[in-house]
Amino acid sequence: MSVSETRRSMLEKVMKEHNFQESALLEILHRAQEIYGYLSKELLMDISQSLDLPPSHVFGVATFYSLFKLTEPGEHIVTGCLGTACYVKGVEDIMQAVEKEFRVKRGETTRDRKLSLFVTRCIGACAMAPNMVVDDEVIGKATKEVAIEKIKLALKGGPRRETR
Amino acid sequence: MKLDELQEIAEHEVDFQRAYKYRINVCCSSGCVPFGAFKVLKAFEDAVKELGVEKECKVARTGCIGTCSVGPAVLIEPGDYLYQSVTPEKVREIVRDHIVLGLPAKEMLYSDKAFFEKQHRLVLRNAGKIDPSRIQDYIAMGGYSAIAKCLATMTPQGVIYEIRTSGLRGRGGAGFPTGQKWSLVARAQNTPKYIVANLDEGDPGVFANRTLAEADPHAIIEGMLIAAYAVGAEKGYLYIRSEYPLAIQTLQKAIAQGKTMSLLGDNVLETGFKFNLELRFGQGAFVAGEETAILASVEGRRAMPRPRPPYPANSGLWGKPTLIQNVETLANIPLIVQNGGLWFHKIGTPKCTGTKCFSLTGKINNPGLIEVPMGTTLREVVFDIGGGIPEGKRFKAVLVGGPSGGCLPETLLEVPIDYDSLTKAGAIMGSGGIVVIDESDCMVDTAKFFTEFCVDESCGRCTPCRAGLPRMKEIYDRITSGIGKVEDVQTLEKNGVFIRDASLCGLGQTAPNPILTTLRYFKEEYMQHIVEKKCQAGKCFRSKEAEA
Repeated sequence: MSVSETRRSMLEKVMKEHNFQESALLEILHRAQEIYGYLSKELLMDISQSLDLPPSHVFGVATFYSLFKLTEPGEHIVTGCLGTACYVKGVEDIMQAVEKEFRVKRGETTRDRKLSLFVTRCIGACAMAPNMVVDDEVIGKATKEVAIEKIKLALKGGPRRETR
Repeated sequence: MKLDELQEIAEHEVDFQRAYKYRINVCCSSGCVPFGAFKVLKAFEDAVKELGVEKECKVARTGCIGTCSVGPAVLIEPGDYLYQSVTPEKVREIVRDHIVLGLPAKEMLYSDKAFFEKQHRLVLRNAGKIDPSRIQDYIAMGGYSAIAKCLATMTPQGVIYEIRTSGLRGRGGAGFPTGQKWSLVARAQNTPKYIVANLDEGDPGVFANRTLAEADPHAIIEGMLIAAYAVGAEKGYLYIRSEYPLAIQTLQKAIAQGKTMSLLGDNVLETGFKFNLELRFGQGAFVAGEETAILASVEGRRAMPRPRPPYPANSGLWGKPTLIQNVETLANIPLIVQNGGLWFHKIGTPKCTGTKCFSLTGKINNPGLIEVPMGTTLREVVFDIGGGIPEGKRFKAVLVGGPSGGCLPETLLEVPIDYDSLTKAGAIMGSGGIVVIDESDCMVDTAKFFTEFCVDESCGRCTPCRAGLPRMKEIYDRITSGIGKVEDVQTLEKNGVFIRDASLCGLGQTAPNPILTTLRYFKEEYMQHIVEKKCQAGKCFRSKEAEA
């Protein structure tokens, strides 16, 4: 089976688990994003047809929730926590330093598609603020220097996520 | 499993645990895991074997102990010796000194006793003491005996009576009397009825509910069971944010265990009572914590609030009567059933009973998770439990209640923590976030930060919130870039009051709180920015400086 066929059959399984119910739309989109990495237009159309829901409904839900990604992210994902505790502890300075160092704006991906920079509203590790997340690793009590170094290390390690 | 078997399991488990002389609790909560808690756990397991004390020493993976800033934290019982910032290298020494030689390694112990002295742990009774992945641990602490008591000896009306007597109010923020809510749902004629447990802890800077779910998931489940029995619901949803993977895992495991032991399902404890529980995952929408928005989200739609009435108690999920309760409220329920409503009523203040969990963060010496009786003053929380401000800096304000809360100055530190006093001061209880800020922070910048947050998170349904908040943000942008006008202050105030009064849901109604409280208590800082173009904290006018 090709990669796209495997992914489709995984998605099919998820939808079956939920009996193609409308109320499971959030779960299905969540799992679809795990399987495909992001929610492309084609994927959303596919889901809307499978669940027999109007595309406007599926697109409406996908665009409403901030955790759904509608564009393909880069190989590595760096997320800055912009929760109150992290903000008070100076995460904004770290974010600006990262933006400058890697020439990428928050919400965007570098031209070489190696690095995406996102912000999140609180990962809940506030006692360790400020927090940065490099791929899946949480860096607590982060500083500009440590964050940049960790990102460089991740970039050196080669692609973490397979991209299409 | 039947009712009487529960007692047997509890007794058996207690005997099993008594066979060990020591119990080493390693916190493996989200606060400690990024700092190597699992490695520390493994090191303890290895060390007790290596030093030949595994027969007298139980190593347990537990939830949060509360001291999140000095993780990984390890608690050794008996005696509650709390070791801080434990690394795998230090583990062997701790086991040798504490267990083999019987001499606690003093220099590694957490020294600030005040952090625990003023706390009263009800909701967090088991946090850091039991292994959340073992249902037996919870049962040994008396867990599930409250639902057993309900099913065996109490009528639903009797349960509601106890909850009413306890004076418990909703811990999600608004503080609606829990007993009254239950009786509304119980009296609703329509069926089926539903329960939704709210763990969409969206306030940035708050992690109290997450910690509860990671430390003691069965307390939430038992609370839901009791609520379901009291109001006559057969189906429950637990709505949790996707940002909390460890809490999700812990809950999934707990639900699976509950099913195998027939504590959940079509025949709970073989009494014929039916309750099924499903998880639902939030996908990053702050507004989804609002009670009508959470319903839309559980149904698989955009989390947009709708006008009330009809209230969810009459018309909730799919138009059926629905009880929505925060998980912290639910975790109180088993204790109230076990000990009686009157017992609970004695804790806290007469009008506001019980305790409240707070995540204490920001510019403070002892950040972490705390639980205090209602009526505790903010000063006690910040200076006694929190240990004051680091680096000898001066206290400036305390933000209570997240982006919907308020910024309270030093003169209001004597305000007792209860719903009415906080609301009077301009803040709200909210879901339990306390962020301390010191003299190096700018109040205008802080209010701008919260306003930006609310602009992002507005669902867009009603005009005051959707259109009003961005105008407020524009005014802040002007003030912080040096082109503010004196009349901006009046505009902020006027619009703030309007947005508060005219918005549809709690998000819009409370979004101006940070604006209004900073205007009320820190007006001189606004004037400094506007007239003198000066920011004492050095946070604003930055882009201008950079250009120059």
